[in-house]
Amino acid sequence: MDEKIYGWWLPPDVSVHGAKIDQLISVLHWFMLLLFVGWGIFFVWCLFRFRARPGHTALYAPVKAMATKYIEAAVVVVEVFLLFGLSTPVWLAYKNNVPEDAKALHVKIVAEQFAWNFQYAGKDGKFGKSDAALISGDNPLGVDPEDPDGKDDITSVNQFHVPVHTPVVVEISSKDVIHSFNIPVLRVKQDTIPGQKIPIWFEATQTGHFELACAQLCGLGHYRMRADVLIDSPEDFAKWQAENAPPPQEPPAAAAPDNQPAPEKK
Amino acid sequence: MSETTHVGHEHGHAQDHGHHELPFWRKWIFSVDHKVIGIQYAVTALVFLFFGFCLMMMMRWQLAYPGQPMPVFGKLLGETAMPGGVMAPEFYNQLGAMHGTIMVFLGVVPLAVGGFGNFVTPLQIGAPDMAFPRLNMASYWVFLPGCILMISSFFAPGGAAQSGWTSYPPLSVIAPTGQTIWLLSMVLIITSSLLGSINFIVTIVQMRAKGLTYWRLPFFVHAQLVTAFLLLLAFPPLEAASVLQLMDRLAGSSFFLPSGLVVSGEQLKVAGGGSPLLWQHLFWFLAHPEVYVLILPAMGMVAEVVANNTRKPLWGYRLLVYSVVFLGFMSFVVWAHHMFMTGMGTTMSTFFQTTTMIISIPSVVILTCFIMSLYGGNIRFNTPMLFATAFIPMFAIGGLTGLPLGLTASDIYLHDTFYVIGHFHYVVAPGTLFALFAGIYYWYPKATGRQMNETLGKIHFWLSFVCINFIFMPMFFQGMAGLSRRLYDPTVYAHGRGVQALNVVISYGAWGLGLVQLVFIVNFFMSLKSGARVAENPWNATTLEWAAPSPPGHGNFLTEPVVYREPYEYSVPGKANDYSPQFVAEAEGDGSAGARA
Repeated sequence: MDEKIYGWWLPPDVSVHGAKIDQLISVLHWFMLLLFVGWGIFFVWCLFRFRARPGHTALYAPVKAMATKYIEAAVVVVEVFLLFGLSTPVWLAYKNNVPEDAKALHVKIVAEQFAWNFQYAGKDGKFGKSDAALISGDNPLGVDPEDPDGKDDITSVNQFHVPVHTPVVVEISSKDVIHSFNIPVLRVKQDTIPGQKIPIWFEATQTGHFELACAQLCGLGHYRMRADVLIDSPEDFAKWQAENAPPPQEPPAAAAPDNQPAPEKK
Repeated sequence: MSETTHVGHEHGHAQDHGHHELPFWRKWIFSVDHKVIGIQYAVTALVFLFFGFCLMMMMRWQLAYPGQPMPVFGKLLGETAMPGGVMAPEFYNQLGAMHGTIMVFLGVVPLAVGGFGNFVTPLQIGAPDMAFPRLNMASYWVFLPGCILMISSFFAPGGAAQSGWTSYPPLSVIAPTGQTIWLLSMVLIITSSLLGSINFIVTIVQMRAKGLTYWRLPFFVHAQLVTAFLLLLAFPPLEAASVLQLMDRLAGSSFFLPSGLVVSGEQLKVAGGGSPLLWQHLFWFLAHPEVYVLILPAMGMVAEVVANNTRKPLWGYRLLVYSVVFLGFMSFVVWAHHMFMTGMGTTMSTFFQTTTMIISIPSVVILTCFIMSLYGGNIRFNTPMLFATAFIPMFAIGGLTGLPLGLTASDIYLHDTFYVIGHFHYVVAPGTLFALFAGIYYWYPKATGRQMNETLGKIHFWLSFVCINFIFMPMFFQGMAGLSRRLYDPTVYAHGRGVQALNVVISYGAWGLGLVQLVFIVNFFMSLKSGARVAENPWNATTLEWAAPSPPGHGNFLTEPVVYREPYEYSVPGKANDYSPQFVAEAEGDGSAGARA
C-alpha cells in the first residue's frame, strides 16, 4: 500500500462520483475562510479601534450598518446556492442513479464485530440464499449449502476485490450492531444497520491498494475493523475470482477463512 | 408551603426568611434558596467538568502513543483497565462514552442552566427566589444522585458505559452492566432537568419585577427562557427512550432490536422486530435541541459581558431575541442531519439539510450582533470580557464548520470523522465553556462579595486560548484526511498514520490545558479568602442583579426593585455616568449627582 498518498487534507479521489463531493468541500472551505477572515479583520480592528482609553467614550446610538444586512443576505444567497446548486444535486444524483443491474458487479457485504464479509455471485451471477439461522464459525454469511445458486459463490473476509472502471453495487447489512462502511478514497460511507439491506454504489477510476474502515463505534475492536480494498485491473480481478472460486461439489462455505481473523496490526 | 405560594407577594416572602438564621444543613445542603442551589449546581458541574476532562487527558495518551504503557496512571488503575500499564480498548471506549456524557449532562448543562440559570435569573428579573423553591431543591437532589450513580458505573462488572455518549443500540443493548447504570442515571438527570425547566418558565413569566416588561429583560433571561422550553420539550423523548432501552436490556423487549441478530456467532435470544434507528431518532430529537441548551445560555452570558464592557447598548437587542426564539423552534426540526448516513430516503435528507441551512441564519445574525456591539464601544479588557470576546471567533469556527456536515454531499466524506469532533468542540469548548468562564469571572463578585484575581484570570485566559486551539484546530485536518472518530488506535489505518503527528500535538495541547486550569482553581479558592471586597455593583453594570447586595441574602433585594428602562442603557448622552441602571429612577438621578436628562 502506498502510504505517501495520505497527508493532512483529502486523500486522492479514485471514484467517478467523488470529484463533485471534493468540489463542494473545497467551495465550502473557501466560503468559510472568506467569511471568517473578513469578519475577523473587522473584529480585530474593532477591538483595537474601540479599546478603552482616556478621552474615549462609547457611542450610545446604534450604528446604521446596512453592510451587515448585505453580508447576511449574501450569506443566505450563498447557502441557497450551496444547498440547491451543489449539495442536493450531487446527493440526489448519487443516491438515485444506482447503476443498472446488467452493467454492474454486485457484492453482498455483511459486517460483524469486527470483520467485513464479502460475497460475490460467482460465474452464474446469482447469489445463494442465506439465512441468519445458518450462521456459524465456518459459515459467517449463513449461506444455504443446499441452494444451487450458491455453489459457485465466492466469499472473502477483510479482502475486498473490485475491478476498476466497473460500477460496483454493494448491498450492505450487519449481523450484530451498527457499523459504517467507509472507504475514504472512494468517497463512500454508509452505516450498516442490522435488519436492513442498503444498496450503495461506486465506480473506481484507478487500480491500487486502499483501505476500508469502520466509521461507527461498534465495540472494543472497532479500531481494528479494517479491510483491504484491492482495486484490480479486469484481468487481475478475473484471475482472483478464478483462484478463489470454490471447487465444484463442495459447500461454498469451505472456502471461507476463519470467522475471527487475528487482529490486524501493521 | 410558603415557598410555593408566594407568587404575587414576593416581598412578604423575602421578609419571612430574611430575619432568622437557618441551620447549616438547611442553609447549605438542603437549601431552597436559588442562589445556594445555583452554587451547588455550579460547583458540582465544575468538579465534573474537570473529571470529564481528566478522562480525556488519559485517552490522549493512548492516541498520541498507541500501545505504550501510560506513566504513573498505568499502574494505578488496575490490570483490567490497564493491562501492563497499556490502556485496554474496552477501557478506552468507557472513557470516551463517559467523557461525552459527563461533559454534556453532568458538566456544561448543569453549569449553564442549573448554576447560572438558578443564580442569575431570579436576580436579573428582580424576584426574591424561584417560583417553586422546593421543586428547585428537588431538582438538585435528583441530579446529584444521578451523577454519583453515573460515576459509580466505572466499578460495575465490565466497567462503565462504553457505547459512546449516543448509546446506539444494538451495541448498547448487548454492552455490560455499566450501560444499565448509564440509563438509570440518565432517567434521574433528565427528571432533574424537567423539574428545573418548568420552574424557570414559571419564574420568568410570573415573577418579573414591576416595570420589567419582556422587552426590558436582559438577553440572558430571554436565552434562559428559550432554553427552559427546549429542556421541557426535548428531554421527555430521551427519558422515554432510555426507559425503552432499559426494557430491552432487562425485560427482554425488542424496541430497538431487529430479528435475526447474531452476536459472536451466537443467535441473540430476543423477540426481534424492533428498529435500531428508532433510538437514533428519539436520541437526536433530544440531542440536537440539547446543542442549543448548551449554546443559548452561553450566548446570553456573552451578551451581558459584552454590553457591560463595551459600555454601550447591545447592537440589535430585539434581533438577538427574535434569533434565539427562532433558533429554539428550528432546533426541533433538524435532528436527522445526524443520521444522513443511515440510508434515509432522499426526500427526508433534503428536508433536513434544508432546515439545517435555515438554522444557520439566526446564528449568523447573532454573531453579527455581537461583533457590531463592539463597534463604537469603549472596550474594557478585563478577564470576563477576554473570555466573552474570544467566544465570538471560536463559536464562528464551530458554526462555519457545521456547514460541510449539514450538507449531505460533503457529509458523505466527513461524517463520523475527526472533523465532527473539531466542529462540535469548537462550539462547546472554546465556545460555550469560554462563555461560562466569562460568566464565572463576571458574577463571582455577586456570589461571594469578592473579586477574582485579574492577573491570574488573564494568565488563565491566554494560556487556555492558545492550548485549546492546539487541541481542536488539528482535528479538522485529521478529519479531512478521513480519520474516523472513536478509534482506540488510529495508526491501524494508513490514512491515520498520515496524521498521527497531529495526535501528539493535540495531546500536548490537552495536557497543557489541564495544567492551566489549575491556575483557575487556585484563583477560585484563593479569591474566596483574599479577593478584593466589592460593593453591589463592581462592574458599573445596569441590570437588576447589581441592585442586590454582594452576596445577596435570602430574599435577594433589600427593597423591592422597580425597573425604569431598557437593560443596557450605557453611555446615554448627557449623563455624567456611562451607565444608567434599570433600577434607578430618573428623578433620583442616574446614580450620579447633578446629571439630569
